[in-house]
Amino acid sequence: MTAPLIISGPHTHTLFTVSRTMLTVCAALAPATVFGLYQFGWPAIFLFLVTVGSAWLFEVASLWIAGKSVARFATDGSALLSGWLVAMTLPPYAPWWVGVLGAGIAIVIAKHLFGGLGQNLFNPAMVARAMLLIALPVHMTTWVAPVGLLDGPGFVQGLAITFAGSQDYDAVSSASTLSHIKSQIGAGASMGQITPDLADLRDRLIGLVPGSLGETSTVLLLLGGVVLMATRIITPVIPLSVLGTIAALSAVASTLAPDRFAPPILHLTSGSTMLCAFFIATDYVTSPVTAAGKLIYGMAIGALIFVIRTWGSFPEGVAFAVLLMNACTPLIETYVRPRVFGRTRTGKPLPIKPARGGKK
Amino acid sequence: MSVRSFATLFRPSQFFSIRGGVHPEGRKSLSSDCPIEDMPIPTLIRVPLQQHIGAEAEPVVKRDDVVLKGQLIGKARGPVSANIHAPTSGRVIAVGHFAAPHPSGLPIPTITIRTDGADSWGPRLGRLRPENASPEEIAAKVAEAGIVGMGGATFPSAVKLNLRGKYALHTLVINGAECEPYLTCDDRLMRERAEEIVDGIGIIARALGVTQIVVAIESNKPQAIAAMQRFDRALGIPLRVQVVPTQYPMGSEKHLVKILTGRETPARALTADLGVVVHNAGTAHAVHLAVRYGEPLISRVVTVSGRGVRRPANVRVLIGTPVAEVLAHCGGLTEDPERLLLGGPMMGQPIQNTRVPVVKGTSGILALTRAETPDLDTMPCIRCGRCAQACPVGLTPFEMNARIQADDLDGAGRIGLLDCITCGCCSFTCPSNIPLVQTIHFAKGKLAEQEGRKHQQEETRRLAAARKAREEAAAEAKRQAMAKRKAEMEAKKQREAAAAAATPQPAQHGEPLQ
Amino acid sequence: MIEAAVSMSALGLGLGLLLGVAARRFHVETPPVVDAIDAILPGTNCGACGYPGCHGLAEAMAEGSAPVTACTPGGRDVALQLATIVDTGSDGAVAGMAETEPTVAFIFEDHCTGCMKCFKRCPTDAIIGANRQIHSVVVDACIGCDACIEVCPTEAIVKRVKPKSIKNWYWDKPQPAFGSGNGGYAA
Repeated sequence: MTAPLIISGPHTHTLFTVSRTMLTVCAALAPATVFGLYQFGWPAIFLFLVTVGSAWLFEVASLWIAGKSVARFATDGSALLSGWLVAMTLPPYAPWWVGVLGAGIAIVIAKHLFGGLGQNLFNPAMVARAMLLIALPVHMTTWVAPVGLLDGPGFVQGLAITFAGSQDYDAVSSASTLSHIKSQIGAGASMGQITPDLADLRDRLIGLVPGSLGETSTVLLLLGGVVLMATRIITPVIPLSVLGTIAALSAVASTLAPDRFAPPILHLTSGSTMLCAFFIATDYVTSPVTAAGKLIYGMAIGALIFVIRTWGSFPEGVAFAVLLMNACTPLIETYVRPRVFGRTRTGKPLPIKPARGGKK
Repeated sequence: MSVRSFATLFRPSQFFSIRGGVHPEGRKSLSSDCPIEDMPIPTLIRVPLQQHIGAEAEPVVKRDDVVLKGQLIGKARGPVSANIHAPTSGRVIAVGHFAAPHPSGLPIPTITIRTDGADSWGPRLGRLRPENASPEEIAAKVAEAGIVGMGGATFPSAVKLNLRGKYALHTLVINGAECEPYLTCDDRLMRERAEEIVDGIGIIARALGVTQIVVAIESNKPQAIAAMQRFDRALGIPLRVQVVPTQYPMGSEKHLVKILTGRETPARALTADLGVVVHNAGTAHAVHLAVRYGEPLISRVVTVSGRGVRRPANVRVLIGTPVAEVLAHCGGLTEDPERLLLGGPMMGQPIQNTRVPVVKGTSGILALTRAETPDLDTMPCIRCGRCAQACPVGLTPFEMNARIQADDLDGAGRIGLLDCITCGCCSFTCPSNIPLVQTIHFAKGKLAEQEGRKHQQEETRRLAAARKAREEAAAEAKRQAMAKRKAEMEAKKQREAAAAAATPQPAQHGEPLQ
Repeated sequence: MIEAAVSMSALGLGLGLLLGVAARRFHVETPPVVDAIDAILPGTNCGACGYPGCHGLAEAMAEGSAPVTACTPGGRDVALQLATIVDTGSDGAVAGMAETEPTVAFIFEDHCTGCMKCFKRCPTDAIIGANRQIHSVVVDACIGCDACIEVCPTEAIVKRVKPKSIKNWYWDKPQPAFGSGNGGYAA
């Protein structure tokens, strides 16, 4: 008889594992991704594959250099998820090297230089996005109108667009909703004048608008978010606080000055608001753990997104808002702790109140 | 309808569950339909002298003594301790050490009895009519019977019964939650012996002088609830059965009280500070047997379960029966179990040696197979926060783990290491499978050891100082003795000199003149 | 240009002087550490360090001729306390000191002649026994200092790791098993 194992309890465990968590998130991302890939056609598909594939190769290389178990960590799904999220934020017709660069920044710089899985201070996908946005402002803001896989460039043309930087295919380049608003307001137009030019609400909800590869479909991202909450991968605190704060601030602003500020519904259905609220801001590693901390974190991100979009020089502020709050996470963690059972918030034991006397 | 009875319609437990907690797979159906059976008397019984929290009992028998069933063999020592009785008749073959039913397997003082099979009773404890007995008499009887908390904490029950003098008690809570997966011993006991348990509850309530009794049972035990709901009074004291949600760790004393009364026991305080005392259902049964029939605590119901056991069962086992015999009684093992546990899978203790005895706190013997136990592979913490969400105490186990791994025990203490009840929810729920609970156990043990060492340093200093003082005193005494002798010598010399001077010695005096 | 250079130099000079004066003026005499060291040392004068008594070691340590780790019966705990008041020279002095299991003396009864030498020598009175009777060690009082081993004429005393009991046993610190490197958190 082999001796039974002597390790401390508990001797039973949930079915949740790191890999399953990562794969569930990927599954929740899948509908919006598939829709985006279909909408933007072959170039988007190639870009997606290149980005995810190179993220995984960077992961393997980093693990190998760091002397960690490649077999163990390369299969945990975290690199897949990071690469996936990077790809979601890229313009669909961006050349292949933008995807590779983004994946490299995310995996090598933002993740492994900080110590690998669980150690990174900043969200890898958002680090990649912010760095690309600043380094390659043209590539990162060239949007095309979604025409569908069948009506867009063919397989070979798609290869040429992604890998050879071909300009042959005459894509309908167009501005994203947020950049359009930004440029028009900057030019002195009022919201009333801009609104008729924008895609209508239905298109924004479904995702029939120009934008990043996987960010366009509000409804499908929302669906993914609901799946994550239903499977208890995430709690609703961060998504609700991010969305609620953006909605509240823009509602106040647009009520006070309807000509200068976009209405809440526009904020919620454009840019990466939904992706951020459900998939980016909720990243375990870089967000606070306690519910109160999450609330502060989510509200601050929402407020920063609104501020950067409205007054900043970039039309979209999600990446910067998330990175700023990532930096504040350790601070929030230090000060916002759950109350310990039997103690007050300051850690003192609760006062002992005299017991209620016996009741006859 | 008075305001009071209206207010009782709103029971906090119906609206609130405990913060955190987990829902492990119950797997109680393995043994929940097996009636309690008696086990044949084993040939050898090993009764440890420490089966309870507190000081170990002092053996009162020697080798080769013949003992009868129920005879006192270990006497309680000090205020927190418990008597130990012979579980059956036989001959004491050793009063020595044997492996403890504990993960370390270290030897502890144990009395080994070779049974004679006659199972003949010695004189029983004097019976008591609880209706007429004073609380002190009841408590003394419970102490005499060596009853300890049967839920696993094994705190001497008599000490808890004597809280009446110190605290204004009003409520007795009977813990029948049995929130650990697999375990069904309390469930079965409540289903089969409800009347006896209720009588025991009444006796405890009388001893405590409380005015109401709440029996808390988790919602996954409908038959036990129905059995207990037949009673609304125990020895005339109103009793109600409160169904609590099925959630681990519902059976934790302070959390149960929080659910039932809505009041939180302050840190480092007792539930008695709120006027509430919690006893286990099994304890109530033992009290009934002791007070009504004069039977000391010499057996208990043990759930034998897990997929590694051929015939899961609930068995009434004599204290001291080797685990191997109990397993053999249940058809033996189907395969080599990955883990062999005493207690439930969340907080139970793994053992290696199946010859260790069943003790008063052993609620279950579980043989878990590979398929039932967690993967041993761990991943780094991804800060998912599940542990913090699951923690019923409101700690941040991932952070504590990081601090302990970095040898920052003081830092871990500052974030509540000592508030941890080691219920295991954090490890259970950790997707990275990090052994958080073992880390916390380690840190608690280490901290205690450091305290002990500090204490020993002081003790060493004291001993050294005492020795020095003694040596100095000895030296001083010696010196004084020397001085005294010297003085005496001097005096003698002087005396002699004086005597010499007094004697005329002209010749000598005359000489120098020349 | 010249004005700037002059004014900056003057400023630097002025501030430097101020600092110098302040350093002189508010100079604090370093208190003698011997007493402080003496207070931390066990005070048993067991001689395990090779210095004449604990006070001797304290003086040596204060001058820097003895390392803070010299007191072996005190072990790592004492060394850590000492390191807070004594300049250890290098940071790794205490860190390198392995956390050793506490040891205690053990008397082989077959060899003990009951000569009382160890009984008299023990700095903490941890040895019990009487003349011509076998001695034994009170484990809780023994500090594992070697003094008795040195004086035993029959070599009947050895040092052993302090036996673990169920009361002071605790779980091992789990070591993260993933990867081959330190895998994320401190191994």
